[in-house]
Amino acid sequence: MATLSDLSLKDRLWYHQYRFRPVEPLPWQASGPPPPRARVAVVTTAGVHLPSDPPFEKVKGGDFSFRYIPADTPPGSLVCTHPSGAWDRSGVTTDMNVALPLHRLREMREGGEIGEVAPRHASFQGSITAPMRLLRQTAPEVAQGLADDGVDVVILTPV
Amino acid sequence: MGLIAGAIEERGIRTVCLSTFEPIMERVRPPRWLSLPFPMGFPLGLPHEAGTQRRILRQALRMVEAPGPGPVRVAFEPERDPS
Repeated sequence: MATLSDLSLKDRLWYHQYRFRPVEPLPWQASGPPPPRARVAVVTTAGVHLPSDPPFEKVKGGDFSFRYIPADTPPGSLVCTHPSGAWDRSGVTTDMNVALPLHRLREMREGGEIGEVAPRHASFQGSITAPMRLLRQTAPEVAQGLADDGVDVVILTPV
Repeated sequence: MGLIAGAIEERGIRTVCLSTFEPIMERVRPPRWLSLPFPMGFPLGLPHEAGTQRRILRQALRMVEAPGPGPVRVAFEPERDPS
């Protein structure tokens, strides 16, 4: 578990000054199929994507765009263009399952632990300090895309 | 990440965040989060540790059956499930 002391001085100062927006009022989806019958997707903020997609950009307030990642993406085929230096990206570049566990989900589907792996997954970059366009535009767009795909459960992997 | 979880849950899909940095989760408070003993950048642990990755996913998936209201926080138990 990382703690504040793991952050650089610059990142600690940012943490203490930034007004984090709580999820309020808290939405709560109570019902849905149990995991063995659920279609599962992953949404990460690791800033990974296919090499054919445009990179995430280092822009003021943070790049609020996203990239879809197909379920059949083979190991070793993603690139990471997350601009923040606050975290160690060696894990996600060595093994994409560290942030996007598609191979583990596929095994769990074969073992009957989940119903299905969703056809597509989504990647954002984190470190978005001006989140209004994320909140109003791209997060609802991804939510709608996942709903259109019949997704029942989403695992989110912040880095 | 918490805000994205909120938007997805709002759309009627259950969400579980994997957390390696508790200070932010405590401030953002998404619907459900699993607290993990790993450094930032490693939400499913060290590379190529498939057993740990499966245990994390199993415990996260179990959380969608927890009764509300949220937010619901659970600490990862490394020895709880078979790999």
